[in-house]
Amino acid sequence: MAKQLTIFMENRPGRMKSISDVLLENNLNIWAFTIQDRGEFGLMKLIVDKPEKAQLALADCGFACVLKDVLAVTAEKDQPGNLDKLTTALLEKGVNVKDAYGFVSPKDRQGICLMEVDNPNDLGLEETIAAHGFTLLTGKELYEL
Amino acid sequence: MIWNESIETMPLEDLKNLQSERLTKLSKYVYESCPVYKKKFDAHGMNLSDIQSIDDIVKLPFTTKMDMRDTYPFGLFSRPRTDLVEIHVSSGTTGNPTLVGYTRDDISLWSEVMARTLCCAGAEPDDTIQIAYGYGLFTGGLGFHYGALEMGLTIIPTSSGQTKRQLKIMQDFKPRIICCTPSYCLYMAEEAKELGIDPRKASWDIGIFGAEPWSEAMRGEIEAVWNMLATDVYGLSEIIGPGVSQECTYKEGLHIYSDVFYPEIIDPETGQPVAEGEDGELVITTLTKQGIPLIRYRTRDIVSMTTEPCKCGRTSPRVSKIKGRTDDMIVVRGINVFPSQIEHVLLGIEGTQPHYQIVIDRAAHELDQVEIMVEVGEKIFSDEIKQMNELSAKIKKEIEAVLSIGVTVHLVEPKTIERSMGKSKRVVDKRSL
Repeated sequence: MAKQLTIFMENRPGRMKSISDVLLENNLNIWAFTIQDRGEFGLMKLIVDKPEKAQLALADCGFACVLKDVLAVTAEKDQPGNLDKLTTALLEKGVNVKDAYGFVSPKDRQGICLMEVDNPNDLGLEETIAAHGFTLLTGKELYEL
Repeated sequence: MIWNESIETMPLEDLKNLQSERLTKLSKYVYESCPVYKKKFDAHGMNLSDIQSIDDIVKLPFTTKMDMRDTYPFGLFSRPRTDLVEIHVSSGTTGNPTLVGYTRDDISLWSEVMARTLCCAGAEPDDTIQIAYGYGLFTGGLGFHYGALEMGLTIIPTSSGQTKRQLKIMQDFKPRIICCTPSYCLYMAEEAKELGIDPRKASWDIGIFGAEPWSEAMRGEIEAVWNMLATDVYGLSEIIGPGVSQECTYKEGLHIYSDVFYPEIIDPETGQPVAEGEDGELVITTLTKQGIPLIRYRTRDIVSMTTEPCKCGRTSPRVSKIKGRTDDMIVVRGINVFPSQIEHVLLGIEGTQPHYQIVIDRAAHELDQVEIMVEVGEKIFSDEIKQMNELSAKIKKEIEAVLSIGVTVHLVEPKTIERSMGKSKRVVDKRSL
């Protein structure tokens, strides 16, 4: 399962820099990131090549952060209607999406969608997604892009 | 069982007569035996003949921790050192430590109130008790020891620490009662699980916990993990040590032994009594102590008190768990705010002692603004914005309920609150008053 690193961050100048400093020092590569804003604080969500290492490094520097299982979904062919097909699949399983963002794979220019859902490890979920023509990437597949 | 039924269930009117008689005697005793009190009474412009009933207690001056420190070591004693059979010293973080001493009769008094305490928590004469409070200069261990001895329990004086041995002793001798600090009890549960011992099968049925603040949430945790009744004990060495008050098995407030430790609840600012049920500082007069009797001693603990009769049959008033400390009180919009009140709320929500800071500010011609910064630690961090919002709203709601004033809660990153000597700086007052 793909892992997303979630970091608590105050909303003021310099806070992102303090996180990127740690990532740089540890030579970590970022595939994707997004920030959820709540006014005075936010949650930074990161997909990196070595999530466990990143978590340890950030925790050592005093950041409140956790690793979370997320769905990393990719389609065989980039085309209009992919998101609609994916949401149809999720609706079929009654899955609620808490947050989602995407990026394009550097290797084959495939679109990859990352989704936070209630039970990412739900056994039937992968099958349903596959039945609609999507692939669920494992952590390894994602980090080795 | 009730240890001293005739006293502990005494009709309130008789109790009042007893208190009045004792106060009259006490004020005469300290005036004649303790030069420091003679001076205090004279400076206060009062006559001994003014003290006829317990209600006259308000005419007497307060005694503070500062009085004890200023007269260190033996100035506040009413008996010569040779009459003392035991002394205890508390560590003072600033200035002199606090010294207390007991005559032989004082030790009997301590034994009596601690026997009441043990019975109040549900102890029976055939019980075995494991005393895991520290023995030594700290009053916890010996106070429980004297009470258990008085009751005729089988005592296992393990003192504090050596957790593996505590657990082995519990398994081998099956004591039904454990007394220690509540945090140590939780710590022992962790250790037990690591050793493969199921805490729910432990022999302990009753826990008597005190010597540090603890929340209802912590009580729930202890009761669930050990499958026991967790009760709260209160005391302070200046008054006697443990044995000032104790919860009965109904857990609806701590019974204070008002025939010997007369309680008043006052407004810490004005020194005037507050209405029944309202929060204020607990002030205690030791009505029968000999070695170092104290008149209207300011405990600096914020509590409320009720004289409503209790289901257990005891007629002594009941005092709430400690809600705060006066030491670091701040006045905001005319309301007394104690940082520890906020700490208690956070303790209840998170089950852990969080770092926080209170910032008070006032713009020109505006009301005081209270901001509370709470560090987002491991325990309270959630990876979902919705839960973080809920947490922040919950903290705000509960603090406002306790303080009765509006506050703003800010969640901040770990280690961003200024620390002095490892402790967070609790209050930042930016007002120019």
